[in-house]
Formats: sequence, structure tokens, C-alpha cells
Amino acid sequence: MQTFYNQAFEIRKLILESLSEAGSGHTGGSLGLADVFAVLYHKVLRHNPLKPEWNERDRLVLSIGHVAPVLYATLAHAGYFPVEELKTLRKLGSRLQGHPGRDFGLPGIELSAGSLGQGLSVALGMALADKMDNRSRRTYCILGDGELQEGSVWEAIMAASHHQIDNLCAVVDRNGLQIDGPTELVMKLESLTDRWKAFGWNVISVDGHDQTALIEAFESAQKTREKPTVILAKTIMGKGVKSIEDDYRWHGKAPSKEQLAVFVEELKNSRRYD
Amino acid sequence: MTKWINKGSKPTRTGFGEGVKAAASKNDMIVGLGADITTSVGMHFFADAFPERFFSLGIAEQNAIGVAAGLALSGKIPVFSTYGVFAAHRAADQIRISLCYNNLHVIIGGAHAGISVGPDGATHQALEDIASLRALPNMTILSPCDATQAFISVQKAVEELKGPVYIRFGREAVADFTAEDQDIKIGKAQLMRKGDDLCIIATGHLVWEALQAAEKLADKGIEATVINMHTLKPIDKDSIIEAAKKFSRIITAEEHQITGGLGSAVAEVLAENHPARLLRIGMKDRFGESGKAEELLAKYQMDAEGLVQQIVRWINS
Repeated sequence: MQTFYNQAFEIRKLILESLSEAGSGHTGGSLGLADVFAVLYHKVLRHNPLKPEWNERDRLVLSIGHVAPVLYATLAHAGYFPVEELKTLRKLGSRLQGHPGRDFGLPGIELSAGSLGQGLSVALGMALADKMDNRSRRTYCILGDGELQEGSVWEAIMAASHHQIDNLCAVVDRNGLQIDGPTELVMKLESLTDRWKAFGWNVISVDGHDQTALIEAFESAQKTREKPTVILAKTIMGKGVKSIEDDYRWHGKAPSKEQLAVFVEELKNSRRYD
Repeated sequence: MTKWINKGSKPTRTGFGEGVKAAASKNDMIVGLGADITTSVGMHFFADAFPERFFSLGIAEQNAIGVAAGLALSGKIPVFSTYGVFAAHRAADQIRISLCYNNLHVIIGGAHAGISVGPDGATHQALEDIASLRALPNMTILSPCDATQAFISVQKAVEELKGPVYIRFGREAVADFTAEDQDIKIGKAQLMRKGDDLCIIATGHLVWEALQAAEKLADKGIEATVINMHTLKPIDKDSIIEAAKKFSRIITAEEHQITGGLGSAVAEVLAENHPARLLRIGMKDRFGESGKAEELLAKYQMDAEGLVQQIVRWINS
């Protein structure tokens, strides 16, 4: 099966460069999601970077707006806007807001989001509209694992299975870490599989860095009828930069100019080729 | 000036619900969302007529606002009605980010507004909803004065506006007195009565009470102008400034806390443009309680008699 590790490498590099230039932002989660995003934008999603408003496009809702750098890097790399614009991240007048904001006009942004616990409801509404209109496009929603501590997410989880929204696919970035530390110490989430299943979802657990497994999971989700699917993607926060991997202190920190060079070297050393 | 006559009492929630149905019969993009209290908030008219466009979401207001946002992003015009207390407070963050920041055309029905909710008591009486929503960019807040105006307002909100809209209405049957062919303009206050001595700016159910109060004041030789501020955001600054130039005394009347609602909005306009003496009538920094609607309106001096007493006391003080 074709994989997209080269694209994931480029995306990670762009994430580090844009965050270093910004001087603040969320490095760990953004790096951890690079494989998921590479697979989504190069294989899974029906989309056209030259026609961001294309009516038949699949839609991706980034509920965890703080990992905007991975979305921006992926979109720029895919051709939605010039890669150079990534250098404006988080700066005054930029289309690349700290958390995605539609109003600022960046192509490919489906929802202004960043307050946790809201994206899945919106994605559900999008998917519901497509069901009403008998459209074949699908809606994807990227959630954080810590975000699942927000009660509103479970309202959406309940409603999506009640209405059999099978054109909706959620992805949980299961890196096990949040700002205060490991999720299981801050507020226990396990067993996530059992919890989502009990709420009526089709649950697929995968290694979030195994692109073949991810692609198979998304394909399985597409074939699932009458149930929404959640892909619990086990990821490593900071993936690709060994010295910061699995370190929750890198949730909300950006590399300095000096660290950037070191981190990019680490990326190169650990990179995987297709 | 028109002498207003009650055509027959009717709840404003019924006007809203019938308005949603009427709008939906002309526009098939309208989708209804329910949070268990469908009949209570007037959405059964729509749900019964268009079951394929109505979705039950259970007692989960935060999710309902998000779902509405998603539907709007797909070109639908969602109408979600629940009690004002739950919409404005439980789902406040969803309204702020998913609706207002994304500037999506969603109609929120804010039912059970004001103290006149009655026996359910403080938990269900929306008295801070305007304050909570008025500061949000892109939001429009409507507060029709009777069932007929609620019927027209929701249809105008659907067809004429683009962003999020909150329409506030009450539970109990109240005077239904405005004309079916009225030409109300969103954002433009309605002059209901002309008088030379003072000006009462009222909203929602208290417009009728203010009109009755004006008649009682007239018996005492005080002629009141009455303005219906059916749009609370954006507030009609011009009408307020015009009133301030003409009257030295202005009174606001609302079934809401005097902080953050109509009284505050008028005070802001006056202070910045043309200061005038202002009496704010409404709830004075306390929660409501159980009782019949008319008992509560009387106790908190928001009925016609209460308005007269407060106004006369103010004039004589």
C-alpha cells in the first residue's frame, strides 16, 4: 500500500519552522498528528487544494484548534496557500491565527475552533445536513484525548449514534498526555474503547504512526453503515523529535531558533521513507 | 396615535412557533432542533408539520448549538428553541465560539423569558439572558412584544438576517395587540404612543404593561411616550438619542435584570450621546421565585400599576 511518510516528514519540518518563527504554540500535539494528517490529505479526503470551496469536498473539523500548526503545515504543503505564509503564524494580521479562525480567510479552514468540546457537535451537524441532502461526502473530526473530559463531547457522541450518522468519522489523538501530565492521572479516560462502544460507535484502535493501519482504518470507517466511527489513534506527543517525544512539557511550547536546528536534525535521523 | 386593543390573549411562544412553521413552509432550508421541551418552547408546530426536518437531540443544549452550527455551515437555517436560561447560560461557550465567532445564521428561541414564567420559579426564569448574549459580536437579539410580533419577527430573522439570532419570548398568554400587517424593521424601535412629559422604553411583555401604565399616568395628568424596543442588539441609538433630546426623563422596562439588558443598553447610549435622567425598571439584582405570573409582575412592580408607582415615586423624589 502506498504510504506518505515523506509528506509527514515535510509536514513535521514545516510545523517546527513555523512554530519556531512564531515563538509560541503547540509543538507536541502538532508533531504527533503529522502521520494522521498526511494520510488524510494525501489519501483519504476527497478535496481539491485549488478549489477549497468545492461543494462535494469532504470536510475536516479540527476540534483541538491548538494543533493548528499541523493543519496549516498540511494545507500549505498540499497547495492550499504558499508555504512561505507559514512564517506568519500567530502574528498580527496573519491568516494563520493561533487557533483557526475562518474570518481571516485562510483557504481550507472549515471551522473557527479552539474552545475544547465543541468540534464534534459541529461535525455532527455537517454530516447530518449531508444525510438530509443525500450527499456522499464525509465529515472528519479531530479530537484530543484530554478533550474527551469535556462533557459536551459525550452529548455529541450520544447524538451521533442515536441518529446513525455513519458519514461521520472522529479521530482521537490518543497521546495520553495533557497540560498537567498523563491523562490517566489528570482524569482517567480508559477504557476509551469500551466507552465509545457503549455509546454505540464503531471503534477502531490503531497505531497513529502506522500509515498503512491508519488508511485501513479510514477505509473500514467508510464502509461502516448505520454507525459513526471513531479511530482511536495511539500517537506519541512530539513524534519525530526524539528529545521531546512523550514529554508533556512540550504540549504548549515552541522551539527556539537554536533548538530548531537540533530538532530538524533529529527529525532527519528518525525519518521514515515510503 | 393608535389606541392599542388586545385582540385576545396569546403566549408569545405560540407566535414564535407558528412563525417558525410559516417560515419553513416557504423555505425548505429550515431545520428544527429539539431539546426535549419541544411543545413547551413552541417548536411542535414545526415538528408536526415537517417531521423530516426536525431532529431530537435530547437534554443536551451544548451539543444542540454545535449541531446547529454544523447545519448552518452546510447551508441549512437551523432553529433551536429551548428555555432562555439554558440557551444563554448552559450553551454560552458554544454560542460564543461555534455560532458567533463563526458568524453562522442560526435562530435560537429563548423561551420562558422573564419573571412571568411563574410557578417554576427562579431556575427557569430567564432574567440574565440578554446580559449574557448582548456582548457577543455578530449576535442579534430580538424581543417581540406580543404573539403577532413574535410570529413576524422570527420570519424576518430567517429571511433578512445573516448571523446568529436570539429571539426572546415568554410562557404565559399575554395581550396580543399589534397588527398582523405591521411593518417592523429589525434594529428600528417602534413608537407606540406619543406623550410630552416622559418616555418609557419597554421590551417584550412589558410593552403592553407600559401602554396600560401610560393610560393610568394620563389620568394623573402625565403624558407618556412609549417605545417598543423589539431589537435589543443592535440597539436603535437614533431613537434613544431622539427621545433624550425631547424628554428629560426616560424609563426603561424589561423582564430582566436592570444590569446588562435594555436598561444598560439605553444607559450606554445616553451617557455617550445625550445624557438624560434614567429610571431602570426590571429585576434589581436578585433571583425570582414561584408564584402566578400576575402576582410576580405585581410583586416586582413590573405590571402597569407597578410601573406607574415607580414612575410617580421617581418624579416626586
